[in-house]
Amino acid sequence: MAGFREARGDLQLDSVTKAFGDFTAVDDIDLHVPRGSFFALLGPSGCGKTTTLRMIAGLEQPTAGRVMIGDTDLTGSRPYERPVNTVFQSYALFPHLSIKDNVAFGPKRRKDKDAATRTDEALELVQMSQFAGRKPAQLSGGQQQRVALARALVNHPEVLLLDEPLGALDLKLRREMQVELKRIQTEVGLTFIHVTHDQEEAMTMADTVAVMNKGHIEQLGAPAALYDLPRTRFVANFLGQANTGVGTIKDTDGDHLVADVLGTPVKILKSRSQVHEGEVLFGVRPEKVTVSRTQPEGAGNDVKGVVRDVSFLGVATSYLVDMPSGTTWSCYEQNLDVEPLDLRPGDEVWLTWNPGHAFGVPVDETGEK
Amino acid sequence: MSALAHVAGDPDVTPAAPAPEATKRSWTAYLLLLPGALWLGVFFVLPLVQLAAVSLQSRYPGFPGYYYRDVNFENYAAALTDYAPHFARSFLYAGMATFLAFVVAYPLAYAMAFKAGKWRNLMMICVVAPFFTSFILRTFAWSQILADEGWVAGTLNFLHLLPGGNIINTPLAVIAGLTYNFLPFMVLPIYASLERADPRVIEAGGDLYANGFTTFRTVTLPMSMPGVLAGTLLTFIPAAGDFVNMELLGPQRGKMVGNVINDQFLAVPGGYPVAAALSFTLMAAILVMVFLYVRRFGTEELV
Repeated sequence: MAGFREARGDLQLDSVTKAFGDFTAVDDIDLHVPRGSFFALLGPSGCGKTTTLRMIAGLEQPTAGRVMIGDTDLTGSRPYERPVNTVFQSYALFPHLSIKDNVAFGPKRRKDKDAATRTDEALELVQMSQFAGRKPAQLSGGQQQRVALARALVNHPEVLLLDEPLGALDLKLRREMQVELKRIQTEVGLTFIHVTHDQEEAMTMADTVAVMNKGHIEQLGAPAALYDLPRTRFVANFLGQANTGVGTIKDTDGDHLVADVLGTPVKILKSRSQVHEGEVLFGVRPEKVTVSRTQPEGAGNDVKGVVRDVSFLGVATSYLVDMPSGTTWSCYEQNLDVEPLDLRPGDEVWLTWNPGHAFGVPVDETGEK
Repeated sequence: MSALAHVAGDPDVTPAAPAPEATKRSWTAYLLLLPGALWLGVFFVLPLVQLAAVSLQSRYPGFPGYYYRDVNFENYAAALTDYAPHFARSFLYAGMATFLAFVVAYPLAYAMAFKAGKWRNLMMICVVAPFFTSFILRTFAWSQILADEGWVAGTLNFLHLLPGGNIINTPLAVIAGLTYNFLPFMVLPIYASLERADPRVIEAGGDLYANGFTTFRTVTLPMSMPGVLAGTLLTFIPAAGDFVNMELLGPQRGKMVGNVINDQFLAVPGGYPVAAALSFTLMAAILVMVFLYVRRFGTEELV
């Protein structure tokens, strides 16, 4: 039995695959997470994100490939040998131990002489010092979540894993904890790997987001970049909303491709399209679309549609507009005008957008949302 | 700090329920309690009072088998002085059987909860299956299995591994019988508490630098303590009062207190008061032991 392994540096997954019988949960993933970054694995349930996390923790062993931290190969080592700690989904606090003993569990196992001091510091960090003597069952979900975080952080792991840590909290508390987690991550400077199916949560907190689907990483990048320029149909639909239409590329116009989407010509910047000939899935985000009663002059990218539904959201108004092609677009207008548009279902409207916001991705889905 | 305010500020205010509603509800509760309370009253409290009365009766001198109502504690004195060794044996054998049952049951329950996979239901059936035949019949079967002519004693004798020459009619056979008979009562509560444990909590032990054995010692075992506590009580209490195993598997001399009570009631003329006093003493002794045990090892309820 090998002992505890000190390892420092970036987290690296080399061609990691995990199969359960016939089912390949994680299929040949390569991942490089720089030390000290906040990294999110985002995807629907069953996409392999939790399995990936469990392989980093050592709770599962990969069928093939290597898990490295810095130059140390951790593949095959047991969870207790790795400088990695996990904040489990539903927290998994020890029900028979007090909050203090829960947090002190890791340092005590490692025979840390300063276990008591470090426990106090960790409880301080998550603002739970006054609950040290209680049992987990006596705490609320949000409090348990903080304890679970302290119990992992107290060990100063090289990599901290968070498995849907905020899933069980209500919306308000979740928002608070998002800010809190980000603050703590900045403060302690550890590598955080955060698994979630909540795209907003991933975008709020992470420096880098990897969108996973069916055991693959579909796209990886900064949240703003992923949102602005998705490279697959899955990412376009999973990360935020997208108004899309299948078209055929007919022509080029300078820097633009011109595609025909069911009779409507649309422009896509060549640099923003993953395909340059044949079929393309044209897309534009709802907030990039402008709704007006009359045809705007000279925009070029406009379509006439019929309002189906209007939802007033306070800061904005959301419209559903039936398009001539038969699809329904969603548009999101900030309520900036003194004179509101005052549209009703059945009204005819013109939709326009700046072609610079449009994107093109391959039509074939690697996965249905 | 806003998160902290939320954390600290959970108001624990329960609005008072309207009075008529509350009264109605409490009547329903009493009504629902009635059958159980009646059953307990007729079949538990009344016989207990009757037994207490009998335990204080005195004999008519010169008329064996006849009593008069009295407050006579001599029966208790007799129970304690004459039968102290029987009490000691009862608790010793029951204690040993409880320990052995724990040693056998824990790994079994652990395997059922964590390792059995598709075999889990089959194992469960095997644990429960003995209940389909009578307790006495099964103990009879053991008296044949352990008999001098049986293959167990025969094989051990052939290998010269049985110093006394026989198993049947020894305390060993009694303890083995008790262990066997009460094993399911040990397995099931332990299994229930292990099965209920969140596997992630056990994984968390490994994640926090505890190896397999340390995780078992510091996480799994403490989490299953409610089951262990229930199992030991469910085994020890009936085993301490048992007389069937001693009757069918045990030696002629050196009986347990259950046998004495049985004999005093059924075989000794005029033995009723002593039998009743013995029963009460046994009950009291078990109550005290259970109380001390639960005080020492009882954990407050876990999740």
